[in-house]
Amino acid sequence: MGGHPGGPGIVAVRGAHATMSGEVDVCVVGSGPAGLAAAAAARRAGAGRVVVVDRETSPGGILPQCIHDGFGLEEFGEAFTGPEYAERAAGDAACVGVEFWQGTTALALGPGPELVLVGGSGRQVLRPRTVVVATGCRERTRGNILLPGTRPAGVFTAGTAQRLINVMGVLPGRRAVVMGSGDVGLIVARRLHLEGCEVEGVYEILTRPGGLVRNVVQCLHDHGIPLHLGHTVVEVHGDRRLEGVTVAAVDADGRVRQGTRRRVPCDTLITSLGLIPELEILRGLTDGTVDESMRTGLERVFLCGNAAFVHDTVDCVTACGRLAGRAAARHAAGLRWPRRVARVEAGEGVRQVVPGALSELAEAARFHLRLDVEGFDVEVQARARDRPLARWRLRAVSPTQAVALTAGPARLERLRQDRTLAFVARPGKEEAGGRIHRR
Amino acid sequence: MAESIAVECVLCPGGCRVRVLADRTEGARCRRGEAHARQEATDPRRTVTTTVAVEGSALPVVPVRTSAPVPRDLQAACVREISRLRLRAPLYRGQVVLVDLLGLGVDVVVTRSLPAGRETLLPMSNPASR
Ligand SMILES: Cc1cc2nc3c(=O)[nH]c(=O)nc-3n(C[C@H](O)[C@H](O)[C@H](O)COP(=O)(O)OP(=O)(O)OC[C@H]3O[C@@H](n4cnc5c(N)ncnc54)[C@H](O)[C@@H]3O)c2cc1C
Ligand code: SF4
Repeated sequence: MGGHPGGPGIVAVRGAHATMSGEVDVCVVGSGPAGLAAAAAARRAGAGRVVVVDRETSPGGILPQCIHDGFGLEEFGEAFTGPEYAERAAGDAACVGVEFWQGTTALALGPGPELVLVGGSGRQVLRPRTVVVATGCRERTRGNILLPGTRPAGVFTAGTAQRLINVMGVLPGRRAVVMGSGDVGLIVARRLHLEGCEVEGVYEILTRPGGLVRNVVQCLHDHGIPLHLGHTVVEVHGDRRLEGVTVAAVDADGRVRQGTRRRVPCDTLITSLGLIPELEILRGLTDGTVDESMRTGLERVFLCGNAAFVHDTVDCVTACGRLAGRAAARHAAGLRWPRRVARVEAGEGVRQVVPGALSELAEAARFHLRLDVEGFDVEVQARARDRPLARWRLRAVSPTQAVALTAGPARLERLRQDRTLAFVARPGKEEAGGRIHRR
Repeated sequence: MAESIAVECVLCPGGCRVRVLADRTEGARCRRGEAHARQEATDPRRTVTTTVAVEGSALPVVPVRTSAPVPRDLQAACVREISRLRLRAPLYRGQVVLVDLLGLGVDVVVTRSLPAGRETLLPMSNPASR
């Protein structure tokens, strides 16, 4: 099999370094790109036994179902598809001696840290030196937004539809309406269209698309799929199977505009309503706030990838995992757990910032922000209550794309002067800019 | 100025609306955007990805891609042609399963390794999951 162009793939690395006993230095929960990067980085940073657990039977997280390309441009300088990226990342982790416990769910986490795992034949309590939580995201569902109407079959989240088509080989329906214009929804709209399911249209409640311009152009425009901005689905019809939905135009406050209701026959409704970090196993223990090395508020527990911040690209997810993995290896080797010395908050023009804390060990940091500002030449400041501590200038920003800001030792020294700092963004000068989105 | 094609640049969050004319472009704020807009206006191309039915594996389909981008307006034709394939496991990432798709000079390549039989991937080395 070595003669195949793609190499043996990860099927061939089975058991390469697997050892069955001995203490676990780092246990990573989740084998998506974040978990895989964390595990490999931990091994490379000197950790002994590193184990990845995942409830799925194969590694890669959400990637195996994301068959389109565009993954890993920064990481590998090449546009991979999701499955290719997953296989490379899993292969890399396996090659440096990471153990995979697929088909294993982490049920609970406790101080220590202690993990309760369930696999095919039972329950097991693991006491690793450190735990890295890399559990990714869940999709917001129809239930989360209380969409009225009946409860027929034929309503799918975009991710479920993506998995049905790309992994299970099942087309969910013949005529679909897509609600929400997040990236996953746009990508699924194209996929449905190419597989022969008519996509009647994509309905977005806001006045701008939720996904990247790239996806609007390549998934919708390329294939003549209509995008209705300022519209949403207001009701679902059908008894056993979906028979149609009612769509309507909405005003800025989300109220239905009189006389715009329209019934669209369809047997499939795809919801693309955004992603929510999956923090189930941290519930009741600590919130999702991390410091510059992805440490949570719980001793020797880390959080990374989309569970910590809904990143735009898998490259960012990978970098984030690596950061957590490296730190986990150092703490597994005995490094003292640090105190938090500063809180980081989102101020005017900033919707979210991660990390939300700085530790006493911080020497450098990479901040990820979602802004409410768009345009060119935008200034972001990190401020103490009354004065700016550091500034960054950004050439072009949009609320749909996160920005990453780095603070080296000099900047960080300044940032740590205050116990609370807030990031604020000022609209740019040019005509395209100057708008602050309020919601 | 008869011929002018509008292109929305997708390379950065700027989202410039570029007009491509025979001898120049208008509206791009950078060189990279200009080149991209010209390419989009004259010869837009996309990498096509889809799935193919596979036998003898735990999964019914395997994902594939074109080895290079194809003309934008031939995406649907490519998917239709590729969907006629029937493959047998094992399959390996990078394996070419169709040469010279529609005479376009690009191949179709598997993007996920699939072993034969019921296994999907790595073994479970966790003692709890046997
Ligand atoms: C449906 C969907 C489609 C997406 N499509 C794209 C896309 O096309 N392009 C893109 O760039 N990004 C996409 N994303 C974003 C994508 O999530 C990230 O790019 C990336 O996969 C996130 O990596 P991760 O490792 O943080 O999480 P994930 O890839 O989600 O991996 C998390 C893993 O943790 C496992 N897990 C969770 N909880 C437990 C538990 N308690 N015990 C054991 N295992 C557990 C899950 O099974 C999963 O394998 C998509 C996200 C979703 C939800
Ligand atoms: S033209 Fe340049 S600045 Fe404008 S969107 Fe494209 S890459 Fe960005």
